[in-house]
Amino acid sequence: MAEIRVENLQKKFGAFTAVENSNLVIEDGEFVVMLGPSGCGKTTTLRMIAGLELPTAGRILLDGEDVTMKRARERDIAFVFQLFALYPHMNVRKNIGFPLIAQGTPRAEVRKRVEETARLLRIDHLLDKSVSGLAGGDRQRVALGRAIVRRPKCFLMDEPLGTLDTEFRDLMVHELRELHNRIHATTVYVTHDQMEAMSMADKIAVMNHGVIEQFGTPREIYDRPRTMYVADFMGSPPMNFLSFNAGLAPGARKVVIGEAEIAVPEIREARSPADLALGVRPEHVRFDDASRLRGFVIGAEYLGTTQIISVETADGVIKARIPADQKVASGETVGLTLNAKRLSLFDKASGRAVETALYEGAHG
Amino acid sequence: MADVVITAVSKSFGAAEAVKDLSLTISQGEFVVLLGPTGAGKTTTLRLIAGLEKPDRGHITIGGVDATTLPPSARDVSFVFQQYSLYPHLSVRENLAFPLKAPGQSLSKDEILQRVEETARLVRIEHKLENRATRLSGGEMQRVAIGRALVRRPSIYLMDEPLSSLDAKLRADMRLELKRIQQDLGATVLYVTHDQIEAMTMADRIGILAEGRLVQIGTPREIYTTPANLHVAARLGQPAINLLPRGLLPDADLPPDAVTIGARTEHLRIAKATTGSAVAKVDWIEHLGDQDHLHMRVGDRKIVTLSDPAAELAAGDTISIAYRNPLCFDAAGNRIGEAA
Repeated sequence: MAEIRVENLQKKFGAFTAVENSNLVIEDGEFVVMLGPSGCGKTTTLRMIAGLELPTAGRILLDGEDVTMKRARERDIAFVFQLFALYPHMNVRKNIGFPLIAQGTPRAEVRKRVEETARLLRIDHLLDKSVSGLAGGDRQRVALGRAIVRRPKCFLMDEPLGTLDTEFRDLMVHELRELHNRIHATTVYVTHDQMEAMSMADKIAVMNHGVIEQFGTPREIYDRPRTMYVADFMGSPPMNFLSFNAGLAPGARKVVIGEAEIAVPEIREARSPADLALGVRPEHVRFDDASRLRGFVIGAEYLGTTQIISVETADGVIKARIPADQKVASGETVGLTLNAKRLSLFDKASGRAVETALYEGAHG
Repeated sequence: MADVVITAVSKSFGAAEAVKDLSLTISQGEFVVLLGPTGAGKTTTLRLIAGLEKPDRGHITIGGVDATTLPPSARDVSFVFQQYSLYPHLSVRENLAFPLKAPGQSLSKDEILQRVEETARLVRIEHKLENRATRLSGGEMQRVAIGRALVRRPSIYLMDEPLSSLDAKLRADMRLELKRIQQDLGATVLYVTHDQIEAMTMADRIGILAEGRLVQIGTPREIYTTPANLHVAARLGQPAINLLPRGLLPDADLPPDAVTIGARTEHLRIAKATTGSAVAKVDWIEHLGDQDHLHMRVGDRKIVTLSDPAAELAAGDTISIAYRNPLCFDAAGNRIGEAA
């Protein structure tokens, strides 16, 4: 059991508020990713959970026990940083066993735990090899082994893959998630990389200026963003926004932008006329000559299997992700249709989403 | 005449051959990206052009001048490093102006002022010109570092993973920015990275480097659709190309000497199985947001493609898979078929 509960957590550095009134429950065995740009407060939150920073206000509970004021070493937590540095002069066995030996664990116990860990990571055949001769992936597994050999209640990881080549990073993302599926240790993982978050997390907390903007499963975060910030942070390219001014009535199933009537998920609230934004993801845009939502092509980015086409409309630029073999010429006037089931509406002043059928989660 | 021509250049460090017999011409106004993993020889290549390393063999000409033995200061190049190194005690403005005040530069004060402000606008840092360099965010510092390279107008800009220290989000923005800036300036750029997305989105031509050798060079489309060999095929594409043995899927119509079949999303026809046609099963669908991956299994082989949202497949579904003009590789790993 290792549930982490963060209650009304706040951290100030002088006049600067790094973390503002955060609430978060990380359930036992969950893999939670704190995602956001640098300076958003994700690392500060992690360091408070670890006991490396004291909060200005609020509480942290570990399995129901208030640990807010406890020292880092009194919390049964492993803070993993520099995951991937190995001791080059030691073999695999010694590298993995090092944290246990440093703790004064008896030799027989070290041996047993190192072998268990190596089996878990499927490197037990390499135990007596020198780390300098290992292939990249195996080196990373050894480093991972050293991090998990202590079997703490939970792992806190601060951008552990940040410095790796993209190919290794993709490999290690899968490796970390598979490992989690085997040991189910509660994990809080901090990154600015949404692909890492989407690939590994059970739940993602998207942070912005010290505030948790949204906490939910990767699909909730991506498909049903609660704020324009989240909609924009997730996705590459991010969600497109078309600006318009209108009032909304419950039960309506369309909005009018310029000359185009656009079908949207059923609206659930009334709003007096205001500046709104219709949000659509690039993969939910299709080209359709019959559509009255029109614009002209201003650019194309080739990505191999797909391409991103930028279309300038009267109400904003829309980027569409379409197959790379579909021919589109720059300057061409095109019509666009948007996947009605997947559209979001936002109040531009507050940045918050309008309640619609989208948030009832019909598509999982 | 600002072409950069590298002819048969080799460079070893002790027993390690970092660059082997490399030939490459970068035309004026061209954006060339060298793509390869750590240790492929990317940075060494840049350093050879900059004059920070001396080649063991071969020649380098910059703008028609044989630069092979010229010191760095005599070469008309500008280098952007992975780690931004700004002068911490100087303002953004002074940092940007610095290269223009170096010996050998002959711009007037007004010209320097104008060039600095122009560059600041290009890299979108004009609102912080008077800030001290240390009072900037990481992204802003890197923009200043790039700006400091752009403020000069050399024959070629050499860029060593300049975006790798940035947040993912900012990196995506900066890719587009950098490409826009390069086009606006008509600049010649040699850019090295291990990030295939950077290569695909910015390059006019991509050179694939492996163990010091240039394995293939061509437009992103050429490299992607007609890779020279298995190594190149595996470098590009997310999810990675499926490399499948002969006989796994119906392939009687493929060339007889094809030993490995390379199949990306666009090379496979996947449909929910009608009775009797099932060859594969959906393992799971990985929801990555903008690109959901369809994980399938044929016997004990895994196949991963982008999932087509219209196909509405779910874990456990049986499916039929057939090739659609896949890539074929012979026993030596070379692609069979017409060259790029």
